[in-house]
Amino acid sequence: MTTTTAAISQMAQPTATLQPGRLTLVLRYLRRNKSLALGLLIMFLLLAFTVIGLAIVDHKLAYPLAVKPKQPPSLQYPFGTDFFGRNLLAAMVLGMWQTALIGVIAGALGTLVGVVLGFMSAYFGGLLDMGIKGICQILTPIPAFLIQIIIAGSIDRRDVTIYTMAFVVVLLAWMGPTLVIRSQVLTMKERQYVAVAKLSGMGDLGIIFGEILPNLLPFIVAAFVTQVFGAVFASFYLAILGLGPVREPLLGNLIWAAQGQGAFFNGWWWWPVIPASAMVLILASLALVNVGLDEVSNPRIRRTE
Amino acid sequence: MSLKILIKRLLFLVLVVWAASTITFFIPRISSRNPIRERFAQLARIGGFSPQDMEIIVASYNAKFGLDKPLWAQYLDYMSSIARFDLGVSFNQYPKTVAAMIGDALPWTIALLFVTTILSFIIGNLLGALAAWPRSPQWLRIVSAPFVLLQGAPPVLVGILLIFFIAFRLKLLPLSGAHSIGIVPSWSWKYAVDMSRHQVLPALSIILGTVGGWVLSMRGMGVTIQGEDYVLFAEHKGLTPSIIFRDYYLRNALLPQVTGLALAMGTLIVSGALVEGVYGLPGLGGVLGAAITANDFPVIYGIVLFITVGVATLMVLVELLYPLLDPRVRHD
Repeated sequence: MTTTTAAISQMAQPTATLQPGRLTLVLRYLRRNKSLALGLLIMFLLLAFTVIGLAIVDHKLAYPLAVKPKQPPSLQYPFGTDFFGRNLLAAMVLGMWQTALIGVIAGALGTLVGVVLGFMSAYFGGLLDMGIKGICQILTPIPAFLIQIIIAGSIDRRDVTIYTMAFVVVLLAWMGPTLVIRSQVLTMKERQYVAVAKLSGMGDLGIIFGEILPNLLPFIVAAFVTQVFGAVFASFYLAILGLGPVREPLLGNLIWAAQGQGAFFNGWWWWPVIPASAMVLILASLALVNVGLDEVSNPRIRRTE
Repeated sequence: MSLKILIKRLLFLVLVVWAASTITFFIPRISSRNPIRERFAQLARIGGFSPQDMEIIVASYNAKFGLDKPLWAQYLDYMSSIARFDLGVSFNQYPKTVAAMIGDALPWTIALLFVTTILSFIIGNLLGALAAWPRSPQWLRIVSAPFVLLQGAPPVLVGILLIFFIAFRLKLLPLSGAHSIGIVPSWSWKYAVDMSRHQVLPALSIILGTVGGWVLSMRGMGVTIQGEDYVLFAEHKGLTPSIIFRDYYLRNALLPQVTGLALAMGTLIVSGALVEGVYGLPGLGGVLGAAITANDFPVIYGIVLFITVGVATLMVLVELLYPLLDPRVRHD
């Protein structure tokens, strides 16, 4: 773990000292780290589609009874319309926006809880540490998704919104970042600069925010990306089972509705295929960025060519 | 392996099972939804009985299922029935027990997941190892590159796209179901062929949806192992490349992958269940999906608990098998 921090700081220094501008260096690095570059490119295109779409398309078209139902893709309806009369282009725009919203909210909350718990656990140690570590270890082998099914199933279906969905996902997704941050803080707290700070009379809060937290940032960012990936995955799986906010045009919901109406049997292939392809793009871009970031922070797996 | 480690792991397993069953007990009871009331409200809409009648029925059912007892007594009842593998009765297919439903569905799930997981693990790791091996031909490296993209596509999505391209467009294989409508399950060639044709796409979805992860992690592992001293030493000893590949490189790189398999067990079973749901197969996932749509709560809780316990047990089992692969652990 020490090597990774060192590697990250080494990566950061040349950008400041070398002659070529920051941007050219970043671009040059992206040319070598192809998965990061491709992932960011797909993510940027999806983002552009969503942002431009949100500005142009009428949001009402994404809800039932807005347009003529069961139309195949055409010039008027580029992605077609579904059985309930939703314009799938509008539904795609809104669905992607909502997917991103759930991912970022759940990712941020999960990372925050993980950082706070991991910090307390490692920094204060003792009984608190044993308790937090024990709970994490016992909960980790339990597939979070199954418990999320029970939680989501226990909520009244009319109460399920994008935000409750994010909350359901977070409830069982904080153990990963907690354990990662805990192990990082455990090694950092033994470093000399922390000992110096302690001897010079700095308080607990000062050491946490002034000394340890800045060094922890790369790990927090990595944990956040992993959390967003997990949250998008979990919310998609819940929605595909019909446990999401049924009224909203979430991508998983569209596929669930298409399955329920036997879309393939009836020949409405575009209804499930378009949200499925969009989801593949979203997840692939997140996976590529994840792999690319791994390559940044772990020089041992960096490609030599 | 010492007895102490074995007892430690088993104790941990008991703790995990206890935590999982406690969660599945308390969450529904905090919730505002009352499954029995919802079920009878549904029935009341179809066949007319008055609201007063319904209150009486609900009260008698609460008494029958012990739901009028204090919470701690319910908890103890629940725990003792779980210890006896009694998961309750289905609402929807009333006299049938949840345990019997799981028993019917389990062979389908085990057959599908066992075959696909092993195939995916072997194919993925071999491809990943070869992609990182400096002596392997250039085309192998190019072949393994698109798997990075596959890593992002979960089996359910691969399943939907496969249904579209292979079953819907090309009409090569059936759209869904465990066998064709009108064919009665029997021990005959005709049924066996028909059933296997229905299993090809689900199996392919799971393999394609999981193999990317193995390729990627194995490639990373392989790059690390290449730099190790013992590989250099083997080369200087003049061993043939195939022996170095098999005994020095593959075997060492595979060790962390086995741990990865244990950790991925939960995700694998969950994504397998969703694939079953998409293809309408009679396995655990199909039953779970149907139960969610029908608000059949005992079945949902039962299957969730069953899978959770199964995953935790498999994880501990893989961990116990680990010393067979790694002599260093054995001698500790």
